[in-house]
Amino acid sequence: MHPVRKQRLYLVLFITLFSTAAIGLVVYALRGNINLFYPPAEVVAGSAPVGQPIRVGGMVMEDSVQRSPDSLAIRFKLTDYEQAVEVVYVGILPDLFAEGQGAVASGVLNEDGVLEATEILAKHDENYMPPEVTEALENSGYDQDGNAK
Amino acid sequence: MIPEIGHFALIIAFCLSLILATVPAWGAWRGNSVAMALAPSLAVGMLVFVAISFACLATAFLQDDFSVQLVASHSNSLLPPIYKFSAVWGNHEGSLLLWALILAFWTAAVAVLSPQLPLLVLSRVLSVMGAIAIGFMAFSLFTSNPFARLLPGAPADGGDLNPLLQDPGLIIHPPLLYMGYVGFSVAFAFAIAALLGGRLDASWARWSRPWTNIAWGFLSLGIMLGSWWAYYELGWGGWWFWDPVENASFMPWLAGTALIHSLAATEKRGLFKSWTVLLAIFAFSLSLLGTFLVRSGVLTSVHAFATDPARGMFILVFLAVVVGGSLTLYAFRAPAVSSRVGFDWVSRESLLLCNNVVFLVATLTVLFGTLFPLIVDAMGLGKVSVGPPYFNAVFVPLMALLVPVMGMGPVSRWKRDNVSRWRQQLLIPTAVAVLCGITLPLLHAPYNIWVALAVLLSSWLLLGLLQDFWQRLRNASSTASGVKRLTPSYWGMVIAHLGFAACVIGIVATSQYSVEHDLKMEPGDSRELAGYEFRFIEVAQVRGPNFVADEARFEVTRNGEWVANLNPQKRRYLASGSIMTEAAIDAGLFRDLYVAMGEPVGTDGAWAMRLHYKPMVRWMWLGAILMAVGAFAAAADKRYRRQRVATKASSEAVLHGA
Repeated sequence: MHPVRKQRLYLVLFITLFSTAAIGLVVYALRGNINLFYPPAEVVAGSAPVGQPIRVGGMVMEDSVQRSPDSLAIRFKLTDYEQAVEVVYVGILPDLFAEGQGAVASGVLNEDGVLEATEILAKHDENYMPPEVTEALENSGYDQDGNAK
Repeated sequence: MIPEIGHFALIIAFCLSLILATVPAWGAWRGNSVAMALAPSLAVGMLVFVAISFACLATAFLQDDFSVQLVASHSNSLLPPIYKFSAVWGNHEGSLLLWALILAFWTAAVAVLSPQLPLLVLSRVLSVMGAIAIGFMAFSLFTSNPFARLLPGAPADGGDLNPLLQDPGLIIHPPLLYMGYVGFSVAFAFAIAALLGGRLDASWARWSRPWTNIAWGFLSLGIMLGSWWAYYELGWGGWWFWDPVENASFMPWLAGTALIHSLAATEKRGLFKSWTVLLAIFAFSLSLLGTFLVRSGVLTSVHAFATDPARGMFILVFLAVVVGGSLTLYAFRAPAVSSRVGFDWVSRESLLLCNNVVFLVATLTVLFGTLFPLIVDAMGLGKVSVGPPYFNAVFVPLMALLVPVMGMGPVSRWKRDNVSRWRQQLLIPTAVAVLCGITLPLLHAPYNIWVALAVLLSSWLLLGLLQDFWQRLRNASSTASGVKRLTPSYWGMVIAHLGFAACVIGIVATSQYSVEHDLKMEPGDSRELAGYEFRFIEVAQVRGPNFVADEARFEVTRNGEWVANLNPQKRRYLASGSIMTEAAIDAGLFRDLYVAMGEPVGTDGAWAMRLHYKPMVRWMWLGAILMAVGAFAAAADKRYRRQRVATKASSEAVLHGA
């Protein structure tokens, strides 16, 4: 074989092998590392999987936040004004987390339908709302303040 | 009045960009040297008018002109002046104007600093940059005018800058990042000019190399500042989140790294020509894609501003035109510029090829992870998010593959090397690196295998560089003359590679050894963390220029000896009422101590507190700074300027001969 062709052949082989390995890695890493978003209504309806990482987003329900007196544990409800999901979390909450504001919780749903959150995301400025929460509210037909549209 | 002047100046700059994109390009096509010679002055003119426009907007901010909508919603009379200035780019419209300003700056810089370029090439390059400027200024003028007025009904005071952005790091992070992002437009313009001209030789690579290096250096600094800012300002001690917008800045960096290395092969050996051109297109397209992701608000991210679908659509169309247009051009012209140079498998070329493959694959995997949620959403399969575990699982092994090759790079030879020479050269570095990898992690119990691996890899890198350095000096008559003979581009390579080694060590050590505690503390409580005693003394009320804060007083001791006083704050900004965490950090080369306040818990004055011990976290940012310094040093190499003298001499010779 011509030396240049031979070189090209090796090059193509090398790149094919390498990218196959990379794609394998990507597929492996994607499995189990993506989490789907569910609005509260779907969680309550039972369409969210139990025991798998998911995200739930909505407004933090007024008067639903309860803190433990002796640890950093907190319990609150996320609502799309149709249904509400109970969330428990241990740790420090983001600064803009507040009742009546949008938030996204990621974690695992347990047997009792309570989301055991490992991370809470709140919006980061006054005018911004996570797109998923906006859409979840649109689907439930309420605006951010809970008034029916 | 001033905002109207600014608006008008922007319109003039837009018109200039229209002329710049068409007339010199037409001149280059028809061989009209008058039209071509217009390009540099048009480029400078564009810079002048965009700068006027930017200065007008900055003036409106500094003078608290709340009749301008942008000022009213993003500034406040209580804001310290320096933050009023940085508020100019703390919002969508203003940051776009900054984009346009920096693009105009790069265009003018190419126009002024490239007298050695043939007029034909220069006019093509500047025309391409003018065309990009059209896109961005049209975007600014038609969809996001920064000078829109609120008349009548100007408010008495403004709505304040987002407190997260009121920070020294954020004053310089966006400009540096944009210098990098937009800087790749120069490499892109050179690539397109080469495709248009159908000629691509070593001098082409020599022209675009310094520009690419400088852009890449700025991008490194910008990313590093962003990471540093997230670390101390977001209040949870993380320094990289694989957030879509971080990825948006990281992908051009990865592609740019590949580009720098492939340009080296193109310049020195005339290799990988069409590949280099493709990478240049790729790097700039990723910059544009990043702009799209950030500005369209399609992704949930800390960087998204309030969104408007029209803007997203505009950038998407622009992106499609740029990527589609340049790839079409590439498809037609690439055969004309491809190279017919062979190289041996055991050579520096093949090592550079490995670098390119690794960085390209890394870019693509990050791209895939970033776009995957969008693809799934577009197919109607639900809203997913791809978290850090994916990126870590894919990215870390790739980088681990890269380092062994990187250590061999400096000692290898161009064109043809042989395995036995490599073996002989690398025997001692290998032995010492293995020794370091085994022994150094012993300093920190318990023994950590990942840190051992990181030490092994980075000492391999370091020793490869040392071996090469020693080889170069050994062949010189004396050490001094040997050092003198080393070029800035060699030093640049050494410094940047050392920076990479420092990064690897910093990232792995801080990920593996960090100790983090979130807990409830009452005044008077003490807590031990990694040998340090954190004592919570009291909470005090303090007042800043535009905020009030609860300040926790901490005293940190080690074995009874005082180490630091740390005073984290929980601030409430007066204008917006928003709450912000200000972490307190005792920084050090080998460890950071980090305290941030959560919220008050219970009734007895207790607070949720975040205590972190972060070893070697600074090494990562120092490494990034070293990489940038290396890139700048390499760009300062004399051979990029010497050529100018040579061309001048030869053109004079031609004149005299005639």
